Amino acid sequence: MYLSTYLPKLLLAATALTVASAATSVMAQQKLVPAQSEIAFVSKQMGVPVDGRFKKFDAQISFDPAKPAASTMAFTVDVGSATVGSPESDIELPKAVWFNVPKFPQATFQSSAVKGLGTGKFEVTGKLSIKGNVRDVVVPVALTQSGAVTMATGAFVLKRLAFKIGENEWADTSMVADDVQVKFKLALTGVGKL
Amino acid sequence: MTRSNPNSPRYSLVAIVLHWVLGAALIGIFAMGLYMADLPFSPWRLKLYNWHKWAGVTILALSALRLLWRLTHQPPELPGQIAQLMPRWQHWAHHGTHYALYVLFFAVPLIGWAYSSAAGFPVVLFGVLPLPDFVAPDKALAELIKPFHELSAFAMAGLVLLHIAAALKHQFIDRDGLMGRMLPGRR
Repeated sequence: MYLSTYLPKLLLAATALTVASAATSVMAQQKLVPAQSEIAFVSKQMGVPVDGRFKKFDAQISFDPAKPAASTMAFTVDVGSATVGSPESDIELPKAVWFNVPKFPQATFQSSAVKGLGTGKFEVTGKLSIKGNVRDVVVPVALTQSGAVTMATGAFVLKRLAFKIGENEWADTSMVADDVQVKFKLALTGVGKL
Repeated sequence: MTRSNPNSPRYSLVAIVLHWVLGAALIGIFAMGLYMADLPFSPWRLKLYNWHKWAGVTILALSALRLLWRLTHQPPELPGQIAQLMPRWQHWAHHGTHYALYVLFFAVPLIGWAYSSAAGFPVVLFGVLPLPDFVAPDKALAELIKPFHELSAFAMAGLVLLHIAAALKHQFIDRDGLMGRMLPGRR
């Protein structure tokens, strides 16, 4: 129980941790700040816009504004964290006809190409997977920087029926429109100067 | 047979049409509200809720028209003989019921509209015309407002029943032909 006995082991452990964190930071130097980030969606029910959002999501981002083509972005969204603001609707969303959370707990996005369009604008192409359905999407992203934080914002429209979100009686687009507007605001740290 | 009084002035045709159309609409929308409130989550429920809101806003608009008409067109006074036979409390009840009904024609739909806005569901009339939110989306406010739409609707239902009971009493017990003032056609 002498400190001298444990000290070498402690040092070793600390060294291992440092090496490990250094390794991950080389792979993905950019980190998502979830508290300042938001992934929201707007669906239309009989013409009425209904705001929703995902409370839990994460990202693995390797992004250099100077070399966008070499960048990769991957997202995971816990679809079970979806909320549209009313408890009676929220308990429906995880069910099989909507997100089928027990079978498909996460939606993912994996970029295949990132193209710089100039003045902080980028075009990210990739595969969006929701509920086991994979579709190609092209997402415009605009970056703004203030201090150490880079905000990535963008919006795109997805066709809910392509992902089977809302099946059977809920597939009727006169009730719930096919187009769902997805809006995101992602706070990232560790992004190089634009 | 009903003895109609040829000397009793009748309501104007516009007032008569608005009375019966809105009367039927109010009974319909009240029944709809009772039915849909306990439905499970389904497209049918979503449809009914939206139809209920569209109907409510339409009734509100027609009620505004009706009030405007009433304010610009003097309704017929109670026929002298009938008025004389009515005890004082009935005169109070007669005017009180009408005033309260007019207040509720506006209060019930406006409270419903406010609730919908507060709950985060702006009203889009007939699915195409977005109506303004006069209260901001606010869950706590929505919960506060919710019971008042129901309470005010039940209050209106109570007054409507009273109104119908009084009309039927005049028609079938007093047999004074008072109802003829509000019936369409020549009498």
